[in-house]
Amino acid sequence: MKQTLIALVENKPGVLNRVASLFRRRNFNIDSLTVGRTESPHISRMTIVVDADAEQVQTQLYKLVNVIQVEKVTDVPNVSRDLALIKVRVDRETRSEVMQLCEIFRAHIVDTGRESVTVEVTGDEKKISSMVEVLQPIGILEMVRTGVVTMARGEHILSPNGYQARDGSNGYQNNVL
Amino acid sequence: MKLTGAEIIFECLIREGVDLIFGYPGGAILPTYDTMTKYPAIHHVLTRHEQGAAHMADGYARATGRVGVAMATSGPGATNLVTGIATAMMDSSPIVCITGQVATNAIGTDAFQETDVTGVTLPITKHNYLVYDVDELAYTIREAFHIARTGRPGPVLIDIPKDVQNTITEFEYPEGEIILPGYHPPQRASQSQLEAALQLIREAECPVILAGHGVVMSGATEEVVQFAEMTQTPIALTLLGKGGIPEHHPLSLGMMGMHGTGHANLAIQNADLLLAFGMRFDDRVTGNLKTYAPDARKIHIDIDASEIHKVIHADVPMVGDLKTVLRQLLPMLEPIEHKAWLGQVRDWMEDANERDILHHDAGERLFAAHVIHDMWQATNGDAVVVTDVGQHQMWEAQYYPHSRPNTLITSGGLGTMGYGLPASIGATLGLKATNVWAVVGDGGFQMTMSELATAVQERVPVNIAIINNGFLGMVRQWQEFFYEERYHATPIHSPDFVKLADAYGIPARRVQRRDDVIPAIQWAESITDGPALIDFRVETHDIVYPMVPAGADLHNMIRRPIPSRDQV
Repeated sequence: MKQTLIALVENKPGVLNRVASLFRRRNFNIDSLTVGRTESPHISRMTIVVDADAEQVQTQLYKLVNVIQVEKVTDVPNVSRDLALIKVRVDRETRSEVMQLCEIFRAHIVDTGRESVTVEVTGDEKKISSMVEVLQPIGILEMVRTGVVTMARGEHILSPNGYQARDGSNGYQNNVL
Repeated sequence: MKLTGAEIIFECLIREGVDLIFGYPGGAILPTYDTMTKYPAIHHVLTRHEQGAAHMADGYARATGRVGVAMATSGPGATNLVTGIATAMMDSSPIVCITGQVATNAIGTDAFQETDVTGVTLPITKHNYLVYDVDELAYTIREAFHIARTGRPGPVLIDIPKDVQNTITEFEYPEGEIILPGYHPPQRASQSQLEAALQLIREAECPVILAGHGVVMSGATEEVVQFAEMTQTPIALTLLGKGGIPEHHPLSLGMMGMHGTGHANLAIQNADLLLAFGMRFDDRVTGNLKTYAPDARKIHIDIDASEIHKVIHADVPMVGDLKTVLRQLLPMLEPIEHKAWLGQVRDWMEDANERDILHHDAGERLFAAHVIHDMWQATNGDAVVVTDVGQHQMWEAQYYPHSRPNTLITSGGLGTMGYGLPASIGATLGLKATNVWAVVGDGGFQMTMSELATAVQERVPVNIAIINNGFLGMVRQWQEFFYEERYHATPIHSPDFVKLADAYGIPARRVQRRDDVIPAIQWAESITDGPALIDFRVETHDIVYPMVPAGADLHNMIRRPIPSRDQV
């Protein structure tokens, strides 16, 4: 079963490599993995969708010295977003068809050429997949998806408790809570 | 104080208590080697191959409990360390490897002797570093030693570019707390876990303790024995758990697993509770998982949370330091009796005794079991034995009962042939002892026997016993059982080891008769100004019994036949 985990890791060179290497080594099948900055310059955040035993993934990740915190959010109410850019081949008739579909999916046309339009669509994985499905018969020329980013709903906050950078600061400049 | 990177390395090593470095110089580490002359408190042991350096650091670490240090140059120097690092990783041995790297501006250009060493060693180190900034060096070395020796210990590698070793900077040793936001080795079990464990312990009628390497590493001998005595629970040992409890203890079952004792394996298979103390249910210990201890509930104590539920589901998992957790648990225990269960276990033990080759008439023949048994006698069971990998290793485990922790040093997890001789040199130097024995096969010995020269150069009083049967015996045993006796690539020619020793200036003897075993062992131990070597010529077609074929049920052992009883 697909599991979603969020990992807070130290923002240091090679950490992504360590995580990826661990997944390969332990035969954890990665569905998607996204990494980005957080509100702290010392910490990066990964959203990992994986087809493996979540507890093993979690405890193995914790063995990496640079991994600060890992939380399984599969069963936590959450907001998950994936973004796709889809370049579709269009002619005079299908151009308006694509525009209509965009309206239904609340997607945007972000670029348009003589024979193509590029659609940007955001949503959970299912929504992106259905958008892809309806665009397929019209003719997808090129597509890219960012992979899922996830955040728990409400006051369920994932923050590196007690995190201390080596300079003694907690690494947070704008922590509002 | 203005210091070079190389000077900072030694300032930090001295503060970590390092007095020995096993290594091999080369271009990219030369600034550090050059600086070593300014630090006479640190002695450098020149090995004959970097693999030897890593194994020596490992042997040193396992014998003394201190962190072992290996040093090598970039590229081939560093890649030669790899087998030793992987060995240390699998057996949780605390070593720190320092490797030179090409200058920072050459990194990534395929420069001479450049290898991505942090990349290569990523999956076989507990952690590793590539230090770009000389001002990070001192802190990195402190972190590395801390990580290597705490929690579940393991190897840490620090890759240091040549220009970083040469750069001069203002040095101040970073005192104070080590801040690692993602590294918090667990210590104690929770109250609810303790109570759940207690419940299972009270309900059990046929419990068995599985004592692993964690007993040795956390120094929990006393606690495990106390637990066993109080709850009248027999103790089976993993290979690396040997020494964790005194093996002559009446509750000891000896080793478990593929070549474990029949009674240990039968006790496990018939148990209703397994108490896994610092062990990880390796496949060599469990056999077929589907039929493993089918009626037993499991309490699993380990410092590494990822070992819990990895191969065996634990009914009560407790993540923490074994000694600490047992100290929490012991005051909660009340004495329990298991008379019927222990009676059953004793019956199995008697059967095993009857099958023992030591109780059979061997005639004129010299079996490896005789050599190990007599070595145990001649050394009062108190030697530190370092083995290689193969049949002789299993015979050591079966016929040399250890009574103290850290007295059996062997490559368990990785099964690294060639480990024995270099690890024994590291152990001997670390212990400054004369009762360290390298027990090696004729195959594994030839993989790293170039380290004989290291032992001579350093006047290491290690005793070397070659269990020489002219075969890669363990592989030959598998060929006999599972490959229709096609002994392909297992007969192995060796040089005359006595003459070879002579060429190195090592006193040596050959032993072919049982009567000569004990005198030879006493003779070797009497030589204290350097190594001594004995070439034991043992039976060629001997088999390690019992044997659980790989993946078979643990209770389905191939046993040594009893001539008077079993059909042979």
